[in-house]
Amino acid sequence: MKVSIGGIGLLASGLVGWDAARDVLAGIRPYRPGAVPDPEAELLPPNERRRSSDCVRWAMQVAQEAIGRSGLDPREVPTVFASSGGEMGVFDKLCRALCLPDRMISPTLFHQSVHNTAAGYWGIATAGQQSSTALSCYDDSFAAGLLEAATVMCVEQQPVLLVAYDLVVPEPLSQARPITEGFAVALVLTPHSDGSSPVMRVHLEAAHTGETAGLEDPELEQVRQDNPAARSLLLLSAVAAGGGRTVGFRLSDSQQLIVNLEPCRI
Amino acid sequence: MPDPKPMTPLALSAYTLVTANGRGVGPALQALQERRSGLKPCDFEDVTLKTSIGRVAGLEDFSLDDELRAFDCRNNRLAWLGLQQDGFMVAAAEAKQRYGAHRIAVVMGTSTSGILETEHAYRERDPSTDRLPDWYTPRYRYTHNMFSLGHFVRTCLGLQGPAMVISTACSSSAKVFATAARLMQAGLCDAAVVGGVDSLCLTTLYGFSALQLLSADPCRPCDEDRDGLSLGEAAGYALLEFGERVGGRGTVALLGYGESADGYHMSHPHPEGAGAVRAIRDSLARASLRAEDIEYINLHGTATRANDSVEDKAVYSIFGARPACSSTKGWTGHTLGAAGITEAVISALCLAQGLMPGTLNCRRVDPSLKSRILRENQTGSISFAVSNIFGFGGNNCSLVLGKLP
Repeated sequence: MKVSIGGIGLLASGLVGWDAARDVLAGIRPYRPGAVPDPEAELLPPNERRRSSDCVRWAMQVAQEAIGRSGLDPREVPTVFASSGGEMGVFDKLCRALCLPDRMISPTLFHQSVHNTAAGYWGIATAGQQSSTALSCYDDSFAAGLLEAATVMCVEQQPVLLVAYDLVVPEPLSQARPITEGFAVALVLTPHSDGSSPVMRVHLEAAHTGETAGLEDPELEQVRQDNPAARSLLLLSAVAAGGGRTVGFRLSDSQQLIVNLEPCRI
Repeated sequence: MPDPKPMTPLALSAYTLVTANGRGVGPALQALQERRSGLKPCDFEDVTLKTSIGRVAGLEDFSLDDELRAFDCRNNRLAWLGLQQDGFMVAAAEAKQRYGAHRIAVVMGTSTSGILETEHAYRERDPSTDRLPDWYTPRYRYTHNMFSLGHFVRTCLGLQGPAMVISTACSSSAKVFATAARLMQAGLCDAAVVGGVDSLCLTTLYGFSALQLLSADPCRPCDEDRDGLSLGEAAGYALLEFGERVGGRGTVALLGYGESADGYHMSHPHPEGAGAVRAIRDSLARASLRAEDIEYINLHGTATRANDSVEDKAVYSIFGARPACSSTKGWTGHTLGAAGITEAVISALCLAQGLMPGTLNCRRVDPSLKSRILRENQTGSISFAVSNIFGFGGNNCSLVLGKLP
């Protein structure tokens, strides 16, 4: 499948926005982790923003950045949202409430617990009526999302917005799923390159080992390993370095998603 | 946007279903014919809500052992029970022989996965340290995590193709058909196991109660006095293969799918059903069918005031009052993330048997509804049916199923 990248959004410790992160990922500037400012996500109406989860605000922020860069009208772009665990912070609040004698849970919190909460809020904020999917493939959720988004783009011949995110898991759930730093990334995939946008060819291969090559910088490699959405750093680093590389993503033990990135100027 | 291009029909070369009506398609069909509901007053765990549920009997009486032990939870037990029915395991094994394990995708849908395990674990937290019990922490990945169901199904079937779990609330296991169809069309696999499993838990029972959407009585879709939904649980599967390879005349096939969002509200449908209209229209375009070709519509029909009224507007605006419409939630309850596969399999049974089930528990059709809502079962040959699923986040999916010529 031939796919062009029409826009990128990024939010993580030390990687705040694609413009700022590019030189770091290209190895031109050193990686310096730091606190991530609460995303503005200004597309959300103020009352929704106030009660929204971190997942929603981070996903909105990177989606907005990527769509803005692509120059596309968000109402024309179907979406794929990929997250390993979804709204873990909301599950924590709901499960705590369900331990109390009256088991009263907030209706708002309940409808915010679905895996497609961020996808739903994006649709509401943009008044978008295109197809919207939310999926999971545990640690390989970014690769599964990329596969789904590339497939939608190829088969339906439409640009697609892919958003992958996993946020900090609160105690005590973090005992079962330790994720200590948030990470959100968005890619707009388009069928046609405008000449300057990176072009990649995506295919599946059977794989007999579960491991794929990592990043050279040990600190960034740690970021990549610590958050399922950060598996995307392999692709982002390849783009930042000007392409001309092949990267592989593990997909459920038995396959790899291979991405051949053509040389690109960004 | 231009209309979507027609798709290649995909045969449902095997399918199965477990609901409160019983295990396998035999009991499901019998319940439809005898108009026997699976809904009973809520007896799930220690829940005291005044509501009816479609609980699958027997899930408390066994556990998953040996190499499946880590996956053991209510949702995966139900998934396992589903795999044992109607020769589905054999059909999947034969497909594996034909295509190879890497060439078969597994695309499953669920809304809450095994969250019941996490609910139980929270009750057993150490009061001073907040520590979760040791039995739980290593099993989160295999039970509550959204991908657990996909991991479990591909493990049971020994499949190695692309796998994912779609979780878009109620539309989850309708959208699995669309994702699988695209993976096949793009040449990334030759066949796909699709399905959905959702099981009862406190989160959904108390959550829908908090939204004041639960009926105290068995749900009454399309009834003038309908006052909310009944929750149920289900597991269902279909094996999708290219029709020209396996489909004999009369084989039920997926002919079209349509997906859309409302872009309106997280838990209220768009007042004019704009997203629903778009999903239905796209499904017809992919099936290369006109509205007048459709003979039966399996409605989402949850029995909430808002859903049934908005869905009626959408359906009537496309089909008028010609095709027979009914909701089958009076039999199964709303099985949430499994509703898509539940109603796709029911629609497949209706096509195969020439049955159009009348809406169970609908005593008097709401006079404000304009579509032709069936109250009594009808028989007669059906060639093409539409199944609608709409869900939280304003997420819509319609499927067109039909018999191969």
